[in-house]
Amino acid sequence: MPLTPVLTKRFGTNAPWQIENYLKLDGYAGLKKAFAMQPDEIIALIKESNLRGRGGAGFPTGMKWQFIPQNDGKPHYVVINADEGEPGTCRDLPLMMNDPHSMIEGIIIACYAVRANHAFVYIRGEAVHAIRRVTQAVNEAYAKGYLGDNVLGSGVRFDITVHGGAGAYICGEETALLDSLEGKRGQPRLKPPFPATNGLYDAPTVVNNVGTLCSVPYIVLGGAAWHKDMGPEGSPGTSIYSLSGRVKNPGQYEAPMGTTLRELLELAGGMSRGKELKFWTPGGSSTPLFTAEHLDVPLDFDSVAKAGSMNGTSAVMIFDEEDSVVQAVLKWTQFYEHESCGKCTPCREGNYWTAQILERIWHGEGTPADLDTLLDLCDNILGRSFCALGDGATSPISSSIKYFRGEYEALIAAAAHNEPALTGASA
Amino acid sequence: MTLIDIERPGNPDVFAAEVRTAAEQIIARYPAGQSRSALLPMLHLVQSEQGYVSADGIAFCADVLDITKAQVAAVATFYTMYKRKPTGEYLVSVCTNTLCGLLGGDEIYRTLSELLGVGMNETTADGTITLEHAECLAACDYAPVVTVNYEFFDNQSAESAVGLVTELKDGRRPLPTRGAPLCSFKEISRQIAGFVDDRPEAATATATGAQTEAGVKLAQQRHDQAPGYPVEHEKKPASEAHAEQVAADNTGAAEPTSAHDAPLKTSASDPDADSTQGELFGKGE
Repeated sequence: MPLTPVLTKRFGTNAPWQIENYLKLDGYAGLKKAFAMQPDEIIALIKESNLRGRGGAGFPTGMKWQFIPQNDGKPHYVVINADEGEPGTCRDLPLMMNDPHSMIEGIIIACYAVRANHAFVYIRGEAVHAIRRVTQAVNEAYAKGYLGDNVLGSGVRFDITVHGGAGAYICGEETALLDSLEGKRGQPRLKPPFPATNGLYDAPTVVNNVGTLCSVPYIVLGGAAWHKDMGPEGSPGTSIYSLSGRVKNPGQYEAPMGTTLRELLELAGGMSRGKELKFWTPGGSSTPLFTAEHLDVPLDFDSVAKAGSMNGTSAVMIFDEEDSVVQAVLKWTQFYEHESCGKCTPCREGNYWTAQILERIWHGEGTPADLDTLLDLCDNILGRSFCALGDGATSPISSSIKYFRGEYEALIAAAAHNEPALTGASA
Repeated sequence: MTLIDIERPGNPDVFAAEVRTAAEQIIARYPAGQSRSALLPMLHLVQSEQGYVSADGIAFCADVLDITKAQVAAVATFYTMYKRKPTGEYLVSVCTNTLCGLLGGDEIYRTLSELLGVGMNETTADGTITLEHAECLAACDYAPVVTVNYEFFDNQSAESAVGLVTELKDGRRPLPTRGAPLCSFKEISRQIAGFVDDRPEAATATATGAQTEAGVKLAQQRHDQAPGYPVEHEKKPASEAHAEQVAADNTGAAEPTSAHDAPLKTSASDPDADSTQGELFGKGE
């Protein structure tokens, strides 16, 4: 499988975040081409390309844009979900820090297509360098006439507001993000109604991920057929695989959707310390764990789902035989316990309980009933809250028990576990 | 520590007129009638004045936005980045989530905690460093990561992290691996409020590294590339045939001449195509 840098092609070039350099490398050519089309033609093109949201859920982007009611007399908004914080996910920050203009170009095209005049980029507050870079790029775009009044002679005004968050993983959930952007606690809304009709300020709103919007200018330039030429029919295009953990050369590898871990490991020089692969996530901590038996699963939305997990954000965290799956799952669970917004009881209380049980198992105080209790709790969290945070929290627990039950049982059976010092939420 | 002090309800007037002006500038970023959207940046703003969100800061936000202090406090207590007691000059955040934790983050946090004599969200007696363990900082490919005032110090070890905080305590400001040269916690809070700095060295500060470029560098070595864009013959005059050829090969691997050269040739990086680019964007320049 070849590497296919498209979104990452400017990484490592001379100051790609500066507009002069961006313009030398195809910059804003997609926007110019888009402005020569009708907005509905762009929506049709994105639908035809079958671009699926890179934020994790894989929802078809063109369909999302088409849901925006037209001629309704209301303002429309485009909101960019740049609240990257899912454990393992480290793709959007490099994109924004190195190539902010490709996102801005995608935003303006999206605004034009759904007939919005104002977009908001919600960047997680900790990502200061991304906030800095995107703000500077937005200022450059205003100075060069890509934002502001009468963009490129279109007669239309476009504005982008950069908005820094304040440290809450839940704000990556689109309705929690909208509440946060409205100056409230970041808690999810009950759906329906969906943001497409009742989003920001109760107006029709498109919420797209950074990687999704960065893909848009290239699809406009290359066309739907070009995009579908890469990857499988059901989830075409490139995917930026973010490899981390026990791998020799971790980093961002852009390849066609459907590349396997076996191929990715080969590209990245193999395992880092000569140990065997034990478990890994195909798309972040909320996606059920895979093991060595899944090395040949094509990593695209449909194939990963078929194999029992989720493609998510293609954040591939790799662990080897010396890593404890119980410890890994405990830490992820403590993360979800900390980040649950508290709105829904199953998620708020359930994650509090699962974390406690995992803590006692890890500390050598588990009981034989604990595994069944854990699975029962997962049953009562999954699908029983407003948003997917609770669902995601159960993924590492239930999948690890499925594949590594023996490791849990051994810990429970051991009379006294040699207690390792933990830091993090348990400290 | 409670945010709303019943004995002392907070005084919005402790902030200078300039802060109120800055708050108005934040409000102006949002559509008319949607001033509450300014609340999160405004909480960063009051934090930039006092080093934490105090009862005064809450009263100030409530006053400016004409909402209740309870509404402001509900928001201020929800988000991790709003600190409830004075923060040191530098906030040192150690990622102890699963991946960083297993690769050394736990050891880094323990070591720093012992060295500095402080625990979670505590500040050294000299007011230099506040320590915290953080959740995933979205830099897993650079694990284990530490941030200082949210600028990245990648691929840390307990030893390198000790060196880092020792320098900070000695009044020096080591350069981040990715991110701008360090400023104070109050200054960075003001940037997060949307007043990004105009230091030239901040604008040009590096944001890349071996991991970020791992895929593109390897693609160059392997001569891998994405398919070229289809050529649109009917729309272009024959004189641009060469530019078309290059456009069709837009993501083709170029000969890298230095680390800062374009790794991949694009239509626009070709001199012939550049002239087209000039035409296209004459208006915007």
